Amino acid sequence: MAPLLEVEHLKKYFRAGGDRQLHAVDDISFTLEAGKTLGVVGESGCGKTTLGRTIVHLIEPTEGTIRFEGEDISNPSKKDLRRLRENMQIIFQDPYSSLDPRMSVSQSIMEPLLLQGKLSKAECREETLKLMKVVGLAEDYENAYPHELDGGRRQRIVVARALALKPKFIVCDEPVSALDVSIQAQILNLMLDLQEERNIAYLFVTHDLSVVKYISDDIMVMYMGHMVEKAPSGLLFENPMHPYTQALLSAIPVPSIHNRKKRIIMQGEITSPINPKPGCRFAARCRYAAPDCAQAQQLEEVERGHFVSCCRCHEIKKAQAYQTN
Amino acid sequence: MGEKILDITGLKVEYHTDGAIIYAVNGVNLSLYKGETLGLVGETGAGKTTIARSIMRILQTPPAKLCGGSINYKGQEILDLSEKEMRRIRGNKIAMIFQDPMTALNPIEKVGFQIAETIAVHNKITKAEAEKRACDMLEMVGIPMERYGEYPHQFSGGMKQRVVIAMALACNPELLLADEPTTALDVTIQAQVLEMIQNLKEKLGTSVILITHDLGVVASCCDSVAVIYGGQVVEYGNLEHIFDHPTHPYTIGLFNSLPKLDSGETRLKPIKGLMPNMKELRPGCHFCERCNDARECCKTLSPETVEISPGHIVKCHFAKKEVESWPHSLKSNI
Ligand SMILES: Nc1ncnc2c1ncn2[C@@H]1O[C@H](COP(=O)(O)OP(=O)(O)OP(=O)(O)O)[C@@H](O)[C@H]1O
Ligand SMILES: Nc1ncnc2c1ncn2[C@@H]1O[C@H](COP(=O)(O)OP(=O)(O)OP(=O)(O)O)[C@@H](O)[C@H]1O
Ligand SMILES: [Mg+2]
Ligand SMILES: [Mg+2]
Repeated sequence: MAPLLEVEHLKKYFRAGGDRQLHAVDDISFTLEAGKTLGVVGESGCGKTTLGRTIVHLIEPTEGTIRFEGEDISNPSKKDLRRLRENMQIIFQDPYSSLDPRMSVSQSIMEPLLLQGKLSKAECREETLKLMKVVGLAEDYENAYPHELDGGRRQRIVVARALALKPKFIVCDEPVSALDVSIQAQILNLMLDLQEERNIAYLFVTHDLSVVKYISDDIMVMYMGHMVEKAPSGLLFENPMHPYTQALLSAIPVPSIHNRKKRIIMQGEITSPINPKPGCRFAARCRYAAPDCAQAQQLEEVERGHFVSCCRCHEIKKAQAYQTN
Repeated sequence: MGEKILDITGLKVEYHTDGAIIYAVNGVNLSLYKGETLGLVGETGAGKTTIARSIMRILQTPPAKLCGGSINYKGQEILDLSEKEMRRIRGNKIAMIFQDPMTALNPIEKVGFQIAETIAVHNKITKAEAEKRACDMLEMVGIPMERYGEYPHQFSGGMKQRVVIAMALACNPELLLADEPTTALDVTIQAQVLEMIQNLKEKLGTSVILITHDLGVVASCCDSVAVIYGGQVVEYGNLEHIFDHPTHPYTIGLFNSLPKLDSGETRLKPIKGLMPNMKELRPGCHFCERCNDARECCKTLSPETVEISPGHIVKCHFAKKEVESWPHSLKSNI
């Protein structure tokens, strides 16, 4: 059976004045099975949001193929798009701006059901109350408005709304970043429960590396539009191979005042994603950079399921092992 | 410790919205010394942004209503200043990084121009110099200066946040109120930004109030921490107090909720329940409904704040008992 989602050589370029092109997403390929989570991490501005939005067709891809349940959806017709919307949803970071302030809680959740037009009004309301229960919102909030609610409850509405049409795939763009750690834990548990019950697949974008490790089956690391590394969650943390991934993991702030780690400082010029040169985009800041890095990099499967896009990764690993011994 | 530059006592703020009153801040006391970084952590809706906005005097009134308390900034009562006097302080002496970057950015103005303008307003320099400085600031927050002429909508969420940070830091403030400044940033750029704030502290003795829910960030760059719940400070202390001897049940719950990098847990352990709605001021402890150790008195009596060790303040009926249950080795320094 085909995987739920297949993305091949996906590109999204934005025009940046004149004939200059900003390479926001540049040749990304991956597959995602039903009921699994692919975490996406990377530097701010590296193209994570653009990737998510392109997959669900909020913006048009420049090039590449997207297949959903085996069917090519790269250029959907209006009718296809409607069906797609039922199966693919997106949750944005900011629970303030992703809810219409003039709609009450139940109106917000009910809207996609009403637009879909399959259920009567009474059935829609019944379904809405059910959804509120699923996400842990008390019925008394049915008529409340977003500004009256705290961030945790608002994000529950957003989740309920995304679930309304029973999607098989949800892009979650920093869904818990705005929440404190306790409410964040509640929402993450809820999303995992829902995944188990309904076999939903997530593309989960976040900056919080302990969250991504906890929630993902696989993790993809992006750097300036490229996928530089992808591995099963545990492996990526045990054996990061790409120098950018290593720098990223070294910078995780630990919630303790005792074990201070040493952060890898990245120096050098920040390259621009506008009309970038071929070759590794991290090279300008990489302490292991060599002439070969100016060539286009190939993705290599270094161990089962672990892909790295760095021509020097084996040498680097060896040198590092030597240093620590 | 050096000079005390900020002293907040008994701060009370309410929001009056169609018929209902939300008791957002209920008697907050905080002080801040020159060069100190104070972390504010707490539940969403606990009142952190409201406290920061009160200091800047930019609460929107109505719906907000300042109902009491005092905010003393270097001997001046901020709450008594005229709007004109306040304008001189804002930006120059006190700068704020907003939680939502679009509060501070103009959607139809070029990003670089907006930074340059802020720099020009706060420093006596030529336009060309301001532009040059703006380019440097962009690069310092990791954005190539080539992108000077773009508009906010062409930037990613984190890039907008970095522009706002550049603008706030460009003013060389004495007091920086940073409201979730690095929430939308990856950890490497976050570390860079925190370092910039650290440099400002070292260069100018800037004091910082850092609102964040990232306890890792607190551990790496704060000197003291106030844990806010239901518009009150429920625990306050230095890093050692909060990280090694967290005592209020809410603070302990926060630590328990964290996903751990080195464990294979399948479900997280959040604090049960949600924030009470702050539409009525209940008599007891605001946290009692969610507290596993709550007793009868917690429902009816508001707990006093007790200093369980020098500088470590907890607002809980059972704080003292907690200390007694610490392992002996930890008690020796009390
Ligand atoms: N509508 C747009 N027009 C032009 N450029 C854009 C547009 N949207 C995004 N970009 C650019 O594309 C690149 C990727 O942006 P994107 O929002 O996908 O980043 P991101 O990884 O989500 O970053 P963050 O972590 O800060 O949210 C950035 O350089 C950004 O400036
Ligand atoms: N303009 C407003 N009108 C009505 N209520 C408001 C307004 N602004 C804030 N509140 C309410 O005041 C309380 C405190 O809000 P505040 O924004 O200060 O919390 P916070 O601690 O900053 O939360 P977060 O972590 O979500 O940013 C919340 O219950 C909130 O709903
Ligand atoms: Mg983004
Ligand atoms: Mg806030």
